[in-house]
Amino acid sequence: MLFAMCPSTPANPDRAYWKPAEETLARPTLEALQLDRLKRTVARVGESVPFYRKKFEQAKVSPDDLRTLDDLRRLPFTTGADLRESYPTGMLAVPLDEALRLHTSSGTTGKPKALFFSRQDVDNAAELIARSFVATGMTKRDIFQNMMTYGLFTGALVAHYGAEKVGCLVIPAGPGNSERQLLLMQDFHTTSIHLTPSFALYFADILEKRGINPRKDLSLKRAFVGAEPYTEETRRKIEEGLGLRVFNSYGLSEMNGPGVAFECQEQSGMHLWEDHYIMEIIDPESGETLPPGECGELVLTTLVREAMPILRYRTRDITAIVDAPCACGRTHRRIQRITGRADDMLIVRGVNIYPQQIERILMSIPKLGRNYLIVLEGLDEMTVKVELSETGFDGQLDHVVALQHEIAGLLRAEILTKPHVELVPPGTLPISEGKAKRVIDNRKL
Amino acid sequence: MSTVRLLAVFVENKPGQSARITKLLAEARINIRWVTIANSGLFGVMKFLVADPDRARDVLKQEGVMASFLEVIPVEVADQPGALQAVVECLAKNNINLDNTSGFVANQHAVVLIETQDTERAKALLIQQGLRVLSGEELLGV
Repeated sequence: MLFAMCPSTPANPDRAYWKPAEETLARPTLEALQLDRLKRTVARVGESVPFYRKKFEQAKVSPDDLRTLDDLRRLPFTTGADLRESYPTGMLAVPLDEALRLHTSSGTTGKPKALFFSRQDVDNAAELIARSFVATGMTKRDIFQNMMTYGLFTGALVAHYGAEKVGCLVIPAGPGNSERQLLLMQDFHTTSIHLTPSFALYFADILEKRGINPRKDLSLKRAFVGAEPYTEETRRKIEEGLGLRVFNSYGLSEMNGPGVAFECQEQSGMHLWEDHYIMEIIDPESGETLPPGECGELVLTTLVREAMPILRYRTRDITAIVDAPCACGRTHRRIQRITGRADDMLIVRGVNIYPQQIERILMSIPKLGRNYLIVLEGLDEMTVKVELSETGFDGQLDHVVALQHEIAGLLRAEILTKPHVELVPPGTLPISEGKAKRVIDNRKL
Repeated sequence: MSTVRLLAVFVENKPGQSARITKLLAEARINIRWVTIANSGLFGVMKFLVADPDRARDVLKQEGVMASFLEVIPVEVADQPGALQAVVECLAKNNINLDNTSGFVANQHAVVLIETQDTERAKALLIQQGLRVLSGEELLGV
């Protein structure tokens, strides 16, 4: 270990670190640590995982080729399909009896991905959660109600272990059953909750219907919200409805689950824990590495995982690296809120566009409703159909025309191509439950 | 001073959309006293003068039609050359912009319907000028 391991207890919990030495490593030291850990990981998988041995042979690379962090680009990617094909134990880098826990990542199609944790992996995952929770101001005096699903899904268990590390009282409530959630919150004065954005919005609705004012009647301070992408507007809605601060959490089962990247008190981008992961942003089409600030697919390499190291994993999540230093003092760089999935990407007139970019613009305009549809036709003609909100029409035709132009302008600035904007009355577009079908691609290219 | 409200309906510019609105109003036995339809590309606005705009809006809303109200100033002018000129000049002199304006002549009454951002001031100026600003009942009685 290059650094001391002593939990900090500064007077002001808002500025607390879990392991200050690890979180504030000077960049050159952090990068040297990354390279050292990367070399070990690559050497180990080259030796013990047939999948990687074969990949290295095919790509004509050897672990000895790694001299700098940039050399990582020469290594092959690992995809979700690779993990599925090596199900159940094909990617295991240790004997099965060294594995302590199995989680799976549910695939909507075909086999799941099996993820193994060694004892050290379980502990490391909990360490990163502790680091993340403390970065939001949590201390051992907090009461943590874990409203995520316990089971094969990583979300709840990993967070549970991390919160225990911090020393909080942990209430393993699991999801659903709003009445019982509320009872627990009232009786045990829950201060911190962990849940999905959709459950948070639903729960806020329940409170309102029950006439409960969370600021007066509950003790909630913060929510860790993740496992589904959501917008800034949703964050504000949850903060308003539950009377707390929302901290954005990023993780994926393939990388231990939650705690891969987390917001600090600044609530401005998520620190990705670079002593445990190397992040890259690539163009999802070409695979070329993109510089910080540019939006692309997040690619992650585990640096300390024992049971199942994964190199250059294509997360399919779209984000950008925030290179600027953070006011909190942590030196681990941040990623922006996830803006989409690479699988959703559209290419229109040669420009990569994610439906979520369009959604974000539309949702920021109060005169518009929540329902929209993107239609692609002919040779790259894009039409964005969007419903006006109930109060979006004041009787003036020219105001509607001006709104239409405003939307087209805002979209053009965001996606670099000017779509046709079609405003329709509320209730005109097909209503979709759950995962809405937002894109209709009828192009004849 | 009572204001006169028009019903403004947002419609998609597709065949049959206007007919759908007028059918709903007819079925509710709502008499249309005046109408304009303006289109801009993919959508348009239909404006109606009806005796009870609130009821008309409820009827449409129940069928998922988006409608709103617009305030207008109905001014009765002499049915002779220069009458509109007097109205327009009065407002122009006082720096009031006309938005949508239309007029009609019925039963020897000439009426101009004026939409402007500055309804109250425009109304006061027109009355000051000696022009006759109609109430809702008066307008419907023309």
